[in-house]
Amino acid sequence: MAARTLFEKIWDSHLVATPAGRSPILYIDLHLVHEVTSPQAFDGLRATGRRVRQTARTVATVDHNVPTEPRGTPITDEIAARQIAALQANCEEFGVRLFDMDSPEQGIVHVIGPELGLTQPGMTIVCGDSHTSTHGAFGSLAFGIGTSEVEHVLATQCLAQQKPKTMKIDVRGRLPEGVTAKDLALGIIGQIGTDGAMGHVIEYAGEAVRGLSMEGRMTLCNMSIEAGARAGMVAPDETTFAYVRGRRFAPAEWEKAVSQWRDLPSDWDAAFDKVVEIDAAQLSPFVTWGTNPGMVAPVTGRVPDLSALRESERRAAELALQYMGLEPGKRIQEIGIDRVFIGSCTNSRIEDLRAAARVARGHRVASKVRALVVPGSQTVKRAAETEGLHQIFLDAGFEWRESGCSMCLGMNPDILQPGERCASTSNRNFEGRQGRGGRTHLVSPMMAAAAAIAGHFTDVREWKFR
Amino acid sequence: MKPFRIHHGRAAPLDRVNVDTDQIIPKQFLKRIEKTGFGQFLFYDWRFGADGKKTGQFVLDDPRYAGASVLVAGKNFGCGSSREHAVWALADFGFRAVISSSFADIFANNSTKNGFLTVRLSEEETAELMRRAREIDGHELTIDLEKCEVRDDRGFRAKFTIDEFVRHCLLNGLDDIGLTLQHEAEIAAYEAKHPAPAGIRG
Repeated sequence: MAARTLFEKIWDSHLVATPAGRSPILYIDLHLVHEVTSPQAFDGLRATGRRVRQTARTVATVDHNVPTEPRGTPITDEIAARQIAALQANCEEFGVRLFDMDSPEQGIVHVIGPELGLTQPGMTIVCGDSHTSTHGAFGSLAFGIGTSEVEHVLATQCLAQQKPKTMKIDVRGRLPEGVTAKDLALGIIGQIGTDGAMGHVIEYAGEAVRGLSMEGRMTLCNMSIEAGARAGMVAPDETTFAYVRGRRFAPAEWEKAVSQWRDLPSDWDAAFDKVVEIDAAQLSPFVTWGTNPGMVAPVTGRVPDLSALRESERRAAELALQYMGLEPGKRIQEIGIDRVFIGSCTNSRIEDLRAAARVARGHRVASKVRALVVPGSQTVKRAAETEGLHQIFLDAGFEWRESGCSMCLGMNPDILQPGERCASTSNRNFEGRQGRGGRTHLVSPMMAAAAAIAGHFTDVREWKFR
Repeated sequence: MKPFRIHHGRAAPLDRVNVDTDQIIPKQFLKRIEKTGFGQFLFYDWRFGADGKKTGQFVLDDPRYAGASVLVAGKNFGCGSSREHAVWALADFGFRAVISSSFADIFANNSTKNGFLTVRLSEEETAELMRRAREIDGHELTIDLEKCEVRDDRGFRAKFTIDEFVRHCLLNGLDDIGLTLQHEAEIAAYEAKHPAPAGIRG
């Protein structure tokens, strides 16, 4: 058989039918559902008299709208409350398992899937959310879909899909100290652009990727969509197996599962449609300066000088700087901030919180800064509290919240005020993303914690740890 | 789904690249549980001031583009979140198609499920249509999915490509869930060989 990539192996093994003149029909192993993109899909099932085909492959949680104030606080936003109630009613009616607001396992859908062992190598995984690419960290094919496709999967457990192309991003060498998976992701997007991987599934490979923990791989794969990719993946290895083993929904026949997973990595001679090489040693902590994740500079750098940009990029950069309230050529470390958000499906896992707490320990948040730490799930929150991380944050003047998507997209009450500038560990610095007129700079958890304390961006490689 | 065959309508220029779905429909409007009524919130932060009043500065509020049904935009249109609400908002506002040199995958996919067309032309062709929409009062375009062609009455004519199956569904307004369910026997056979894991069912 011809050499195949990880993606091609999963694609081939999930083909249900390849009708002539039509898109291939792909089987979906796991469908994750949340409150924002599902109500109209369930309505569609009702309107056509269809049922959820595989409740044993469908799992729901509430994350986008949930307040991060102590649980039990009533939801004051009536429309948000209605959407959450709709998911509860739909799960009840169609027999879908829901990790609800009061569940000890509630959390951001892309945090709890892996945490519960639902996410496994070799699977096809979809969710009505673009950051579904996160799950590719396990060597699964995971991608975001819209509400019509949510309905399609609920009804058929399949999707008609055109086959994407493949792209290998080979990260040579090791990441320097203080340079994290988030910086790697931002560095890649800065290099290839926000449409650099359009139509492709990325496989991240190379020594630096192999050296990442599962949390780091999830951060990297999470940001694939910000490069325009259909999905991002990392080949499963011992790090992957060690993470999945013993989790609640991990395979019962463990040895058999692992032996199948060992066949998944791309064959050595498999060909990719596109290959990009990255030199890990050249990377540094990054800070975005504009209104998309490709507008990024090293922390030691400056906001670009517009005249230095290509004409095609100049106008977009000009609009971005206008929105961000920044002067061309300004040093990144001279940009002062008002808010800090540590959380989101990109960076809210236990390792992210450990990294931020290591920076925060023994320091105080700058007096003009309001800083929020929002664990990705209730499980992460409990683990952090067991380790005492919450106390480090609280002592340093950070707020310690309940789990949810929170200020990544501000669908709940956690939003920026117009003109406020935020160092954020989330994934999108789009205009208004964190609140109308809010100015978002994407950074790693360590960089966010350091900025909270310094009151401006600062190079975490020179941090005085206490 | 509403079929798309030949559409003729006024063009409006949105001369920005990387228009993301957060701009098309900001998050505060995603809490509705219906598919309707999103048009009023289209490009909300660009159209309305902080006081909730229309600024009148946004291109779609220029009377020259009143009733426009074809949007011409810069590359990577629809990037960002998977929210299908972006397509619902554009369609509800009165658009039937967007022309750009590239589209984000999920946005393009969502469009096809709603009888809404994403037309990929070259950067030069898109720039030319942008110029015509700006300079010619009431400039109108014909988007012909039968011939895979965009044209106007001033000599512009460009071919576009689209997946043949997607085109077939759009031309005939087909519900693709129904099409997939025609493969019930194959799905059932696949499931017999790959049983669902125990323990998830609620």
